[in-house]
Amino acid sequence: MATMTRVEKLAVAGRTMGVGGRLYRILSAVPTWVLWGLVVIWSLPTFTVLVNSFRTADAQRAVAWWNDFGGYTLENYAEVLGSGVTGGMAQALLNSFSIAIPATIIPIAIAAFAAYAFAWMDFKGREWWFIGTVSLLAVPLQTALIPLLTMFSRGGRWTLPFFEKTVTLFPDVDLAGDLTSVWLAHTGFALPFAIFLLHNYISGLPKDVFESAYIDGADHYTIFWRLVVPLSVPVLAAFAIFQFLWTWNDYLIALTFIGGNREALPATVAIASLAGEFGLREHLLTAGAFVQAFVPIIVFFALQRYFVRGILAGSVKG
Amino acid sequence: MASITFEGVGKVYPGGTRAIYDVNIHVADGEFVVLVGPSGCGKSTLLRMVAGLEEVTEGKLKIGDRVVNDVPPKDRDIAMVFQNYALYPHMTVFDNMAFGLKLRKMPKDEIERRVREAAKILEISDLLDRKPRALSGGQRQRVAMGRAIVREPSAFLMDEPLSNLDAKLRVQMRAELGLLHSKLGTTTLYVTHDQVEAMTMGDRVAVLRKITGEVSNLQQIDTPRVLYDDPANMFVAGFIGSPSMNFVYGRVEGEGDRTYAVFADHRVLIDPKRLAERPGLAHFKGKEIVLGMRPESFEISTAVPESEAIEGRTIEVDVDLVEQLGSEAFVHFTKPVRPVITPDIRELLEDEGADVSELGKETKFTARVNPDYAPRDGDRVKLVVNTEKLHFFDPDTGNVIK
Repeated sequence: MATMTRVEKLAVAGRTMGVGGRLYRILSAVPTWVLWGLVVIWSLPTFTVLVNSFRTADAQRAVAWWNDFGGYTLENYAEVLGSGVTGGMAQALLNSFSIAIPATIIPIAIAAFAAYAFAWMDFKGREWWFIGTVSLLAVPLQTALIPLLTMFSRGGRWTLPFFEKTVTLFPDVDLAGDLTSVWLAHTGFALPFAIFLLHNYISGLPKDVFESAYIDGADHYTIFWRLVVPLSVPVLAAFAIFQFLWTWNDYLIALTFIGGNREALPATVAIASLAGEFGLREHLLTAGAFVQAFVPIIVFFALQRYFVRGILAGSVKG
Repeated sequence: MASITFEGVGKVYPGGTRAIYDVNIHVADGEFVVLVGPSGCGKSTLLRMVAGLEEVTEGKLKIGDRVVNDVPPKDRDIAMVFQNYALYPHMTVFDNMAFGLKLRKMPKDEIERRVREAAKILEISDLLDRKPRALSGGQRQRVAMGRAIVREPSAFLMDEPLSNLDAKLRVQMRAELGLLHSKLGTTTLYVTHDQVEAMTMGDRVAVLRKITGEVSNLQQIDTPRVLYDDPANMFVAGFIGSPSMNFVYGRVEGEGDRTYAVFADHRVLIDPKRLAERPGLAHFKGKEIVLGMRPESFEISTAVPESEAIEGRTIEVDVDLVEQLGSEAFVHFTKPVRPVITPDIRELLEDEGADVSELGKETKFTARVNPDYAPRDGDRVKLVVNTEKLHFFDPDTGNVIK
């Protein structure tokens, strides 16, 4: 046995550990330098963008950065952050915040209540409601954009056949161009996943803790606020990161619903328009991208310890 | 404080499955009653019914004089200790114990006083600022107890509270719980699957079993002593006691004024006193019955005074195996009689994860004998049978013949 090669040892381990264990053994046998190589290849494009963001327009167009050690400048950043271009990047970043923060908090609040109810409250048709909610995950965002826009701007009406009567299903709220419409759209499309994720976690909380609280005199409201919320911090944080990144980086929904209102456009849209017609200011895109990415990076690193824990929670015990 | 009364309590689940039928138990004020039985016997369900976590679908459940069938848990004035402790993981020990009191809007200084006092009784005063994950199993167990104590409820409900502890700690906590009960005197209903725990802790023990048809889950409820010495049926007889009672098919035969219990090729004289206690035996003369003998009803003949090792009280056996424990020795032997297999025996075996096929073709016996006189494997020895402690069961019903 002492003369077994590494492959043989792995094979033995594999037979005794099942597929997951085998995969783990094989992956953990990959030498670290291979992983570092992958990291370098993977990061190269990002690094290129970073370097280019510090180079002048001419330098960017003339030579690749690895052949050129001159022409570095902070001008791109100055121009992006300065007021010059589209009413100011600062304003656009603020807009991004005012979209992303409510569009993160609103779905979490709704989903946490819903997930608790689906997990621990007894009501009729609970399972079917849950299946229905989660199956909405299958609705692609793009198909709903135009109907939603129409509904937000002109309301929803349905003319009954035969009776020639028109019923108002959704009133005229005239939200087009308003941030509220973006919040609502983000909330709606986040809820199925949010409820699914939180439900997985919350339904895995130990039942007897709730029963104990119930005997101690707690009602659902108390149990939710005093037990479920504090115990669900990892998953709430994980979802918050997800949703914040998604809404911060969103381009399509923002452009569709507030496209006409230039003062309210978020950073993503502002950066896209940086390039200007015919790509005249294309060289600014690199700096713009880093300005835009700065916030998500901070959010991610600040909360990353919750990230893995929350996503795995419920699937792995302990 | 209050009593707990089950009056014809039953439980049918919405799907139509019946878990409990016609259970009648009265737990007196201040009494410690243990519900014991194999898994699936409904003991936890009964406890959860008292707590209000399971609906009572039949009969009446009373705490004190009040019928509580429809009273929500928080208004029942009971406290429950869960198997997994069910501590609130994000709260300190103090907050865990204070939670129920805060919800009841008790003044702060009263909460403080009660928590400190309970912590002192349970010797966890220096743990009050810790979170549950920083505690050992035994400490968590104490906190769970403390949470029940501070409420000063009219009854404690305990659902296998010691089963997650290791063996040594369990024995220690068992004694402490007993001590605590005698100190506080609170009515306690305690659920366990461990018959030793049941026997050592309960003022009275209720033995339950899985229902088949419309027969009560409750087999017998009495003091540990009576359960042991006077079991109502083969299920109780086999469940209580370790090693369990030996069962063998046999007959009762009369000869003049003497009555013998006959099994295998042995005839043992039934003690006249025992016979007087069991007048029902007269109806079973000549019929096949089941004889029950506790392991300690046997003794090596050389270990007793000669006057006791007399004809009619002894049997000769070939020893298969001796287990020497120092304080006692177990002597295993077999007799060429088909083993006793009845529904009661099947259920008891299943509970141990065994099967009737493991009984083999012959009847196995275990004797608990004086370790100083223990024979060796393969020896042929004479055993004295304590005929005052013979048990007789009806093989058809499994009930004791009285």
